[in-house]
Amino acid sequence: MGTVTSYFGQLCGQEKKKEEERLLRANDRPFNFSYHYANNAIKTSKYNIFTFLPLNLFEQFRRLANAYFLFLFCLQLIPQISSLSWFTTMVPLILVLAITAVKDASDDINRHNSDKQVNNRKVEVLLDGENEKWMTVQVGDIIKLENNQFVTADLLLLSSSEPLNLVYVETAELDGETNLKVKQALTETGEMGDNIQSLASFKGEVRCEPPNNRLDKFKGALTVNQNTFSLDNDKLLLRGCTLRNTEWCFGLVIFGGPDTKLMQNSGKTTFKRTSIDHLMNVLVLSIFGFLASMCSALAIGNAVWEVKDGSTFTVFLPREKGANAALTSFLTFWSYVIVLNTVVPISLYVSVEIIRLGNSFFINWDRKMYYPKNDTPAQARTTTLNEELGQIKYIFSDKTGTLTQNIMAFNKCSINGKAYGKYFCVDNWTWNPLDEVDFSWNQLADPKFIFHDFSLVETVREGNQEANAFFRLLALCHTVMPEEKKEGELFYQAQSPDEGALVTAARNFGFVFRSRTPETITVVEMGQHVTYELLAVLDFNNVRKRMSVIVRGPDGKITLYCKGADTILYERLESSCAKLMNITTRHLNEYAGDGLRTLVLAYKDLDERYMKEWKQRHHLASIAMDGREEQLDELYEEIEKDLVLLGATAVEDKLQDGVPQTIEQLAKADIKIWVLTGDKQETAENIGYSCNMLREEMKEIFVVAANTAEGTPVMSTSCLPQAYALDKSLQMELLRTACMCQTVICCRVTPLQKAQVVQLVKKYKQAITLAIGDGANDVSMIKAAHIGVGISGQEGMQAVLSSDFSFGQFRYLQRLLLVHGRWSYLRMCKFLQYFFYKNFTFTFVHFWYAFFCGFSAQTVYDEWFITLYNLVYTALPVLGLSIFDQDVNDRWSFQYPQLYAPGQLNQYFNKKAFVRCMMHSCYSSIILFFIPWAAMYDTVRDDGKDIADYQSFALLAQTCLIIVVSAQLCLDTHYWTAVNQFFVWGSLAAYFAVTFTMYSNGMFLIFTSIFPFIGTARNSLNQPNVWLTILLASLLCILPVVAFRFIVIQLRPTINDKVRENMRKNQRFYSIDWAFLNCCRSPAHNQGFFKFPPSGRSAERSFLLTCHPVRQEDTHSNEKYMHVHAHAETDGNTHTVCLYIHTHIA
Amino acid sequence: MVKEELSTENRPDNTAFTQQRLPAWQPILSAGIIIPGFVLIGLAFIGIGVALLVTSQSIQVMEIDYTGVDQGSPCFKCTDSTVSNCKCEIEFTIDKLFEGPVFFYYGLSNYFQNYRKYGASKDASQLSGDLDYFTSPATECDPYIKDNNDKPIVPCGSIANSMFNDSFVLSRLINGAKEVVPLDGKGISWWTDYNVKYRNPSITPLKNAFNGTVKPINWPRPAYELDTSDPANNGFINQDFLVWMRRAALPNFRKLYRRITEGNYADGLPAGDYSLEITYNYPVLSFDGRKKVVFSNVSWMGGKNEFLGIAYLVIGSLCVIMSIVMLIVYAKFKFPDED
Repeated sequence: MGTVTSYFGQLCGQEKKKEEERLLRANDRPFNFSYHYANNAIKTSKYNIFTFLPLNLFEQFRRLANAYFLFLFCLQLIPQISSLSWFTTMVPLILVLAITAVKDASDDINRHNSDKQVNNRKVEVLLDGENEKWMTVQVGDIIKLENNQFVTADLLLLSSSEPLNLVYVETAELDGETNLKVKQALTETGEMGDNIQSLASFKGEVRCEPPNNRLDKFKGALTVNQNTFSLDNDKLLLRGCTLRNTEWCFGLVIFGGPDTKLMQNSGKTTFKRTSIDHLMNVLVLSIFGFLASMCSALAIGNAVWEVKDGSTFTVFLPREKGANAALTSFLTFWSYVIVLNTVVPISLYVSVEIIRLGNSFFINWDRKMYYPKNDTPAQARTTTLNEELGQIKYIFSDKTGTLTQNIMAFNKCSINGKAYGKYFCVDNWTWNPLDEVDFSWNQLADPKFIFHDFSLVETVREGNQEANAFFRLLALCHTVMPEEKKEGELFYQAQSPDEGALVTAARNFGFVFRSRTPETITVVEMGQHVTYELLAVLDFNNVRKRMSVIVRGPDGKITLYCKGADTILYERLESSCAKLMNITTRHLNEYAGDGLRTLVLAYKDLDERYMKEWKQRHHLASIAMDGREEQLDELYEEIEKDLVLLGATAVEDKLQDGVPQTIEQLAKADIKIWVLTGDKQETAENIGYSCNMLREEMKEIFVVAANTAEGTPVMSTSCLPQAYALDKSLQMELLRTACMCQTVICCRVTPLQKAQVVQLVKKYKQAITLAIGDGANDVSMIKAAHIGVGISGQEGMQAVLSSDFSFGQFRYLQRLLLVHGRWSYLRMCKFLQYFFYKNFTFTFVHFWYAFFCGFSAQTVYDEWFITLYNLVYTALPVLGLSIFDQDVNDRWSFQYPQLYAPGQLNQYFNKKAFVRCMMHSCYSSIILFFIPWAAMYDTVRDDGKDIADYQSFALLAQTCLIIVVSAQLCLDTHYWTAVNQFFVWGSLAAYFAVTFTMYSNGMFLIFTSIFPFIGTARNSLNQPNVWLTILLASLLCILPVVAFRFIVIQLRPTINDKVRENMRKNQRFYSIDWAFLNCCRSPAHNQGFFKFPPSGRSAERSFLLTCHPVRQEDTHSNEKYMHVHAHAETDGNTHTVCLYIHTHIA
Repeated sequence: MVKEELSTENRPDNTAFTQQRLPAWQPILSAGIIIPGFVLIGLAFIGIGVALLVTSQSIQVMEIDYTGVDQGSPCFKCTDSTVSNCKCEIEFTIDKLFEGPVFFYYGLSNYFQNYRKYGASKDASQLSGDLDYFTSPATECDPYIKDNNDKPIVPCGSIANSMFNDSFVLSRLINGAKEVVPLDGKGISWWTDYNVKYRNPSITPLKNAFNGTVKPINWPRPAYELDTSDPANNGFINQDFLVWMRRAALPNFRKLYRRITEGNYADGLPAGDYSLEITYNYPVLSFDGRKKVVFSNVSWMGGKNEFLGIAYLVIGSLCVIMSIVMLIVYAKFKFPDED
């Protein structure tokens, strides 16, 4: 009933008001029922048995192409118009509909099953004390969850088994992050514990926001016995999470089923469409226009014929009553719409989908994009964008975690004006273990932590006040969760690797963060347990760029500890710190110059009274329903001032393997790379140098200061974000400047600004953009760009989840673009070009025939041929072409990144190419009609019998056509695998086999009226002049193309032609014997002989090879890839050889 | 650091297919293949062209238009549609032996047998002898399904209705006396048409199968009386009917009427005077059509058609010229070897 009423509610539209606020009462079903909240049943399936057929068909016919074919089918049912048998459009249409329907059905069955499974999970509901199914759980119920159970609905946490009402949840299903998160119940409700009676009689009333999809926000208030408590995200368990390390907990259902944040988040995804899609739509529309004009021309022709010839031919074919030239020509128009419909073949869309899917699979399967360290293969998460990977003009890259590993190491620090720590070069192999500081005095130290300055340890152990405060701050001010499975074996679960590194540093220097509760933090300070009372946590966010905690020490002193970006904190320092500030700034600049990430630390002592009053206001603000965030921000702003500077930390983030090479390659491919980072200018600049984006020869590095998104020096724009940065008037200026630069690095950019920069370029440069990032802060940019790439790294899965492609390392980007992208684009373009060619050629022949059959919409071919042409005879070869074709292989694609440029310029397929393709078809169709026409004119068989009859002519024309389009395909294929051969020859064989079968006696005797072409194949294909005609027509279509292409290659070779020619010349050098490779591998013997051809054959020659290993990749796996440039000297000529060695190293 | 044993569960398979390393042949349009290829194809074409042309020229063809458009022509009197059973006679001379076997065709011009509605207007099931379709012919036969008395027409449809019904008698004039040239009407249609596609109902006598049906409106006699001289050559397997039903692809066409293979004429028509007596029934002037008779012999490449030979010659020559052009281009503009 409920669904029916809600359905009618939806139908009636606005009658049901949008929920503005949710009010519910615990354990009071009748009260909650009155609001008609959704219960906890979910329905992700779309159809049921009865609605499947109508709904699915409706969905499918909403696609323009399908609707068009339905329209055609309806036209065919009109006998006056029908120029083709019903099956010519029906068979393909039914096939396409059936394939899609089967796929939809199996998807929906899966959804049904998972719905059923989820809805029938059991959970203990307190109201009746029984296990109920998930789907019967109502809003306002109190339910009990146990360890490792999925959270049933969005729950308000009431109490838990753990001290202080904590629960631990894993949110992998929700946001992909695998670290544990802590939720905590209100102390007031937590008191109930697992006391069933008090829980059952709990009469709390919750007032909260309506259902929405924000995972990280919740606003509400709980009223118990006239006391109101603030509710926020920390007290909410979201559906989709899993309970971990918690024996049990109780929760109050706030949102059920479709209202839960998980369900609200699923569904509506914005579809990205590629530029080829757009082009295809434009082309299809223009083809419709073209079709209409062709049909009009033929209809006019028919009118003329009717007046001139038709009206007198009535002796043998009487006109129908009332039919005049105007009417017949009108009917002829529609008849020709049917006959010529093959210019827009239904299989186009299906084939495009298949090709994209195939190319996506190749990305998923590529071992060279598999990152063994994390066991992550590359993944094409969106399968509809592949060809756009071959057209990228701009790459927007995040820095941290994308270019760098996001494995942070506490490297240096400045405490009270004194700098500690030595910088070591990135190359970890040159580290001298003797330099490392010995932390064995500290039992709890992390053995993996490495530091290179003894003096700091001494300073700390001497009891230096500032140093101790420095590390105390690091141990207190963070959101890290400790995990201590065994006594003394601490693990930190940090949401950001920076924090983890800082807390680990504090731990090794004797300030061990040991455990936390929502109200306390326990730190082992130089071996002594000290517990701090946690009074407030002032969260970090991208606008504040700082985080503070307010704690009360064991001595009762209240202190605010704050760490944050230098620009932010410097504004909030006490005036007496000015001198220290100068020294620290100098240190900071040094660190940034080394490419380190810096944070400034400061503290402030608070007095008891002020704190109490502030806490009061804080509480009020935190339960406010309106403007809660603004009020809190104001409070934070008020207390975080007059801070005392402690010092600064510098954390190193190492570059990922192969980043400089990748950037160099991409730059050679004429792809512009913009780095968008939240880091300081100096840090960003340094990273720019180390990853080859900035080079020494680039003298003019100019910094566009302030007000723009680009490099703003210490004066940050963090408080005045997008309004200034991407102000309308400055947008164009920024874009123009940036596009003149060789390298663009934008620093101090917020996530929103990242997206705005992407959008700016997308909008004004009309170029294809790609955004690559790894963290939640890159999500907006990933979604904004044409293609979003996520790197599954240290910062959770959010970027990956919203991306179109994902993989483990930045360096795989070059393979994704230069190899997969380029191939996908090439294949798609070849496909479209060939596909349009074959269908136009096929269709135009009808057009020419019209002039000889009185414009009567008589088809040239057998109707079965028309039905099967796209479906059987030519389907597989073109798929083979567009799935396997490579102009040059991956090695050469890397060797010549310039091969990427045609894609950026849209050169392989565009409107011009389409027109060329139409002209080509026009030529072919003229040949295909007039050669058989002339050859068969008034001729007879070698036994004097008829061969110029319609059926023989049809067979001749269609055989010519099949051979010509197959030969054209062969010309377009550059890469002949066995599969291609099989498809081409198989299709030709299938054509003859099917033709002979359909024209056989047996088929005629069984289906008399369906196969009227009986005997045609036997009677005409045994004639030599038929075969001579076929040969003539085929060669006349193919030879000019061959000659034209050959001459174009000679006169104006494209980069592809040059590389292919080069490849052909060098091919023989690949078969080099393995002994040589071994000598190549050791740097000492970089010269060796190799023999070609491999020994034992004649004309064996020896070459002297000198080789220079260029780079080694994938050192983490057992497989080694090595690029080697070698010079082979033969007869005084030097050939450059590129080897790509792929060996297993034991 | 201890090197952990890495899990490789998700590692893609290392096969040539998944890694896109399938062994492949990568042909290139290189000068070494293209230019000699064109020369070879060109020479081969010229060879074929010469052979075809020579063959075609050895075929003798004689066409005689007998429509009777001119007032002076013998058949002019028959063009008046009011005259029935009109006969006219055309005399012609053969200068030298017309080598046999000689095929005797009739030809029609401006006749749209390939008009869609005309071509569709027949009932394949009826013509294969299915009696169900005798009483209720398929709707495709429109407008010749039933006559005014609502009796089904068999064979139905426009094609059958418009069957060519002129007949010819060929005589050789020897010293003023006529010697009739024997014409062979057997085996002039396709084997498959005669044996598979068209069949009479298995009722004897054949006439009974047609009970309750009427003959096509234009026909003088019903289908079972098409050939009064040979009872086996009646119904749907009448050779003339079969030839007519195989509709032509183009508006100008010729159809086999008889073969001249017997008696004194087995080696062909000797030089001399001939007379052709035409029973003129078929009206074509209303739509500006033309009728003709054609005598022709054949070769291995079928009837006379000079197009193929000329086309092969022209294209062969073009290929050779093209190869020279390409050679010049290649020698002059060959893109330089650069790395």
